[in-house]
Amino acid sequence: MATVNIAGKDIEVDEEGYLINLGDWNEDVAAYLAQEEKVEMTENHWEVVNFLREYYSEYQIAPAIRVLTKAIAKKLGADKGNNKYLYELFPYGPAKQACKIAGLPKPTGCI
Amino acid sequence: MAAPQFEVPKLSDSALTEVPEVQEGAMSHVKAFVAGQAAQEFLGYPWELGDDWKERVIGRMGEVLQKYRSVRVFLDACVHCGACTDKCHYYLGTGDANNMPVARQDLMRKVYRRYFTLPGKIAPWLVGAEDLTRETLDQWFNYYHQCSECRRCSVYCPYGIDTAEITMAGREILNYAGYGQKYSNEILAKVQKIGNNLGLPGPALEDTLAGLEEDIEMDTGVPVKMPLDVEGAEILLVTPSADFFSEPHVESLIGYAKVFHAAGVSWTLSSHASEAGNFGLFNGSYEQMRTIAMRIRDAALELGVKRIVVGECGHAWRVAYSYWNTLTGIGYGGDDPFAKQLQDQLDPRYPQPMHICEYTWDLIQQGVLKFDKSANDHRVITFHDSCNVARGSRMGKEPGGQFTIPRNIIKAVANNFHDMAAETIGESTFCCGGGGGVLTDDLMEVRVKGALPRMNAYNAVAKDQGVNFLALICAICKAQFTKVLPYYGFDMGQVGGVHQLVSTAIKLED
Repeated sequence: MATVNIAGKDIEVDEEGYLINLGDWNEDVAAYLAQEEKVEMTENHWEVVNFLREYYSEYQIAPAIRVLTKAIAKKLGADKGNNKYLYELFPYGPAKQACKIAGLPKPTGCI
Repeated sequence: MAAPQFEVPKLSDSALTEVPEVQEGAMSHVKAFVAGQAAQEFLGYPWELGDDWKERVIGRMGEVLQKYRSVRVFLDACVHCGACTDKCHYYLGTGDANNMPVARQDLMRKVYRRYFTLPGKIAPWLVGAEDLTRETLDQWFNYYHQCSECRRCSVYCPYGIDTAEITMAGREILNYAGYGQKYSNEILAKVQKIGNNLGLPGPALEDTLAGLEEDIEMDTGVPVKMPLDVEGAEILLVTPSADFFSEPHVESLIGYAKVFHAAGVSWTLSSHASEAGNFGLFNGSYEQMRTIAMRIRDAALELGVKRIVVGECGHAWRVAYSYWNTLTGIGYGGDDPFAKQLQDQLDPRYPQPMHICEYTWDLIQQGVLKFDKSANDHRVITFHDSCNVARGSRMGKEPGGQFTIPRNIIKAVANNFHDMAAETIGESTFCCGGGGGVLTDDLMEVRVKGALPRMNAYNAVAKDQGVNFLALICAICKAQFTKVLPYYGFDMGQVGGVHQLVSTAIKLED
């Protein structure tokens, strides 16, 4: 298990840099993870990340992509409530890259 | 998770892929992540090699040879004729000699000969027998995860050797030695703990389905339902959990729901059996495969359904069609009391299980479903045969139904359809490059390079016929192509399901 040092604290991550302990997450950690992913965080990125965390704390899973696009449409406007927009924010894929920055486990399966 | 660095193969000028020159060890650096303690222990395997790894490997190999006579026959029968060498998409895409099916098998064959055949025990140098070394074991791990168990090579083998069974045996033995693959084994643990490969708990599933009902009604004005855990429903739909979660998968789920709605039938999903996929097959583990399949039998008994329909998932359909009968008694074969109870419960007038494509095609033939084909006019469609459906199962009553039925549906709901080159479809279909437990980011180089033969065939119809939609009936294919098409210069929006096309064209009434 690898560890990374963020703001003076050692944090455990897996082979791909996902947090091992969800409780280690804070905004500094998110900023670090985003930098690793070469994602420049804007307010819109934070909207997605915060929604992912809220949803996860209720359901113990990241939201399905349709659930996410709908929530984003409500918050940021209908023109942004689609998969294409989410890929613009998180080019490696909203499910995997945004979850990583949000400190959530990587969603895996046939996706 | 920055994108991995490697050279993407160039598309050829024709639909067919040129056989590359051999590049020894070109893919030896690619190694899947190794499963950690939690997943290995949950599945009952050791989680590290330990001092006795060699005994464990040889011991389990002996058990596998006893249990699966096919494996021994396949290891004995090969005459190294070479017919398989240029049939594997991973060899065609990488040029690595160990990705020739015969060479990949030989990684195990040489060890088999040394420990399990008389000539190999007394004169190993004469018969290509070799001691098991750590280096060989590492090669097993690397190259048995560069095989998607698609069985294209076995179509061309004059002896009918099924390379997939060697790969499955290799993975089974590796698991018993404490050397499992992270991706597959974490998924195997999740499906057994939570009910599906994604780890989507019941409440999340309920919330997701409610959201989809809203979407459909907003879109069509028709209150199409997505029922969950409804006792006494006629049909239980078992579908890959990716259908709940991902694009474009969810479009097909919406398509199934519209078909059921138009047919006026009562149907339900199950939160207990919210997964059609069964990675037990990929790992060659009969026990895991049975445990996972049992969830579906339990749900069918509990809900009292009369029919079981399987959604768009390639390997799930192989497991359902070819194994469910003896694994669980869905279909005839199981003879325990619950299997018999289920056989009495299920309606004998229909095939059990039934593929969603068979179901939809039956309704189309009966004239139950109405379509506006022009709704798909912006699409020029081709169909990719998924390997496990093409070579591991069948649909309908006629031989080859697994090839004709999905195409018939597409032609019934859309005006523009063109097949890809004959050498790349039907029973000769190329794997998408992500099947059999390879659909993971740590194997992206394998996935992209292995997709080359399919991408060449697709590129040819895209150029010549203007094809802009790759229709699929497998969750793995959908996820794989969505990721891989952009590497070859195509938009990921060109990927979708057969029932996505149905969904676009179907006419609904309240």
